Amino acid sequence: MNVTKEARLHHESVTAQPHLWIDSYADYLYSYAMYRIKDEETARDLVQETFLAALQKVDTFEGKSSEKTWLTAILKYKIIDVYRTKSRTVAAMDCTHAIASKNFFQEDGHWNVEDRPAAFGIEHIDKLEHKEFENILVKCMQKLPALWMTVFNMKFMEEEHAEKICSELKISSGNYWVIIHRAKVNIRACLQKNWL
Amino acid sequence: MNKKKTISSNCEKATLLIEKKQIVPLTLMDNLYVKIHLAGCEVCRTYQKQSTVINYMTRKILKQTPTLLELDEDFKRNMQFKIDELLNKK
Repeated sequence: MNVTKEARLHHESVTAQPHLWIDSYADYLYSYAMYRIKDEETARDLVQETFLAALQKVDTFEGKSSEKTWLTAILKYKIIDVYRTKSRTVAAMDCTHAIASKNFFQEDGHWNVEDRPAAFGIEHIDKLEHKEFENILVKCMQKLPALWMTVFNMKFMEEEHAEKICSELKISSGNYWVIIHRAKVNIRACLQKNWL
Repeated sequence: MNKKKTISSNCEKATLLIEKKQIVPLTLMDNLYVKIHLAGCEVCRTYQKQSTVINYMTRKILKQTPTLLELDEDFKRNMQFKIDELLNKK
């Protein structure tokens, strides 16, 4: 056992090649971050922090996954950190916003007459004009409050579990479902409005 | 106007449960609630269909491989410099 471990330690310098990181992965990691954060400045900082953090713990890189996967995992945690900070600063605001935002339902829980979902051609996935639908969907998602968007990102992009999202963002599970629900009702309404 | 919430009137609760159901399994009671509500509510049946499609498409969009962007050379060289410096210290 010890021998193998030592052998592996010995080979690490061969496996991880930090001097090549920038050339090999900087653009990739930057794209990955930009895709999720949509802010150049922050994305650049995250890439740099990722490399520096990786360098600090380069000895723990065991070559079990590729360097690219390993670096991406580090970046991913940094991105979740950003989500967390962002949502913490806007959380209070967004909660009031959620309550104050347009209510789609009446007192007894019925849909408002004008807000009732109607079939408008997106009920069956196979009949959809995908590209067009995607464009409108992206626009509708961008209208969501930051906290909701963060929840959506963590859920659909990273496939995090509800409990993890709640604890990372410090929201109660009851609030989590309300956010998911409100976000969906809003997106759906936005789609119906903009879909011709 | 003090209207009571009943299973058949409460589209708000039913649609919340429809959302929840797509993420975690519902309790027996909640499942039944949705079933009973949907049996009598065409609007929420439409909602459910659309909601499933939206989830599918959201996932698809958010998981697309991002187009490759490029960092500017100055920034990269600067990072390379920092890394080299740290490597030399080791």
